[in-house]
Amino acid sequence: MTAKWGLRGLAFGYLGLLLLAPVGMIFYKTFEHGIGPPLEAMTSPDALHAIWLTLLMVAVAVPLNTVFGVGCALLLVRHRWRGNAVIDGIINLPFAISPIVVGLSLFLLYGNDGWFGPTLAEWGIQVLFSTPGMILASVFVSLPFVVRETVPVLQEIGTEQEQAASTLGANAWQTFWRVTLPAIRWGVAYGVVLTTARVLGEFGAVTIVSGSISGETETLPLFVAKAFEQFNEEAAYAGAIVLALLALTTLLLMSIGGRKAKAQGGPIPITGDAAISTSTSNTKEGS
Amino acid sequence: MEGHPATLTTAAPRAGIRLPGLGVGLGRGMVVLYLSLMVMLPLAAVVAESTSGGLGAFWSSVTGSQSMAALKLTVICSLIVVAINAVFGTIIAWVLVRDDFPGKGAVNALIDLPFALPTIVAGLTLLTLYGSESPIGLDIAFTRVAIVIALCFITLPFVTRAVQPLLIEMDREMEEAATSLGAGGFTVFRRIIFPNLLPGILAGILLAFARALGEYGSLILISGNIPFDTEVSSVFIRSQIESGNVAGASAVSVVLLAISLALLIGVSLFARMGARK
Repeated sequence: MTAKWGLRGLAFGYLGLLLLAPVGMIFYKTFEHGIGPPLEAMTSPDALHAIWLTLLMVAVAVPLNTVFGVGCALLLVRHRWRGNAVIDGIINLPFAISPIVVGLSLFLLYGNDGWFGPTLAEWGIQVLFSTPGMILASVFVSLPFVVRETVPVLQEIGTEQEQAASTLGANAWQTFWRVTLPAIRWGVAYGVVLTTARVLGEFGAVTIVSGSISGETETLPLFVAKAFEQFNEEAAYAGAIVLALLALTTLLLMSIGGRKAKAQGGPIPITGDAAISTSTSNTKEGS
Repeated sequence: MEGHPATLTTAAPRAGIRLPGLGVGLGRGMVVLYLSLMVMLPLAAVVAESTSGGLGAFWSSVTGSQSMAALKLTVICSLIVVAINAVFGTIIAWVLVRDDFPGKGAVNALIDLPFALPTIVAGLTLLTLYGSESPIGLDIAFTRVAIVIALCFITLPFVTRAVQPLLIEMDREMEEAATSLGAGGFTVFRRIIFPNLLPGILAGILLAFARALGEYGSLILISGNIPFDTEVSSVFIRSQIESGNVAGASAVSVVLLAISLALLIGVSLFARMGARK
């Protein structure tokens, strides 16, 4: 019994001090003087532009990586090729690379002295310190999620239903839309949520390629950092709250998506909520 | 990010649908093109730039005193952090799987908060509680302790999420057999539970370590970025880019890249080890 309470205490204490207390504190700080000041800070032109730009990043990077992710997962799972192992390894790279290195790499390609920068400038295309560069950074850092979440579900569902569909005369497109996609949809959705969360919050890579010009190339995370550095704490906290609320929504969707993916026979997703609450044994800790 | 020890390619392909409307070759071409444009070419540019002044310049950039101080700080802090999170991550996984209490679903969802919360917000939240205006009088801003706390926050989910599935699948009978043969609680943990969880703990540690090494967003507000004191490698790279020393920035980046690659390979080896069990 004491061991059980000791472990509980350690787990809750750690989570409380590290996660809950700081996040609670920032909510308190933001709304200390009512909802007026944060609301005002968030409706300034720079803040609104930052929100708009952040949503634009999501609107471009997420569909790109979703289409790529599903197609790539199909190739990896359903078609044996000796290049698959290499592709698989490369897809994991963005997980392990510092966002700052991602930013630097794009800087080296698209900067004024970069590999592509001068040529693109001649064609009148500005990548660095403008939206295209920021989109490239967002795509890079969020590339693996849809592939990683779709592959296990594809492996799990097998091919019997697809074969049945094609025996009954469905062509490849029909089979994909009517059979495969519905079967993997929760896995894909889960990947999309993770991708969105990553793009919304990306800071390091975007900070290098954007130049962080207020009202032009400033996403919401950049807005928060700059506001804080300029001692405009109200705006910084208000921006942080908007991002935190988006993160909490993400958590909720992850939790639901995880449960659905599990119900669909997929593997235990990273937030294995359903798995954990159903599999806890009825035998209590006795030691 | 996620705690997926990800390996998949060795799975036997099944005769399923062909890629709809596209030849397989065309699909493969698109995948390779996309990965090359988005990931490989940019990274190649970093590697090329790092040695643009010759290997000697590369070496002196990496071993310069400020760059070495940053690298050492990053590695040591990351090691401390993964050690802390290996212990607490395993305890949290245990409580979530074996214990039962109201609100467990919410606590379990909360574990992923560091994955969902933008890093700059993470840094800012920690600063409000543990910074100069700390309501509990605990001001650790601009110290190395702040770096450790921020990295603990960021890497919290990795070990827990890697250990949870192993704990769920673990056979309770082994523990019961050991207990009935007279083993005490600690012996059961040391001889039975711990060895079973080890692959998960190690995979979680490697992923967390890779994440901690490259972390930037959560640190810039709280660490103070003081050279030779609280400047980690990613911040050092940023300062080198800003002062125009792009080759030096690339050299240190290549070192980080090499460590990341080694860690990824390690993760897939552990995953294979765990799968074979």
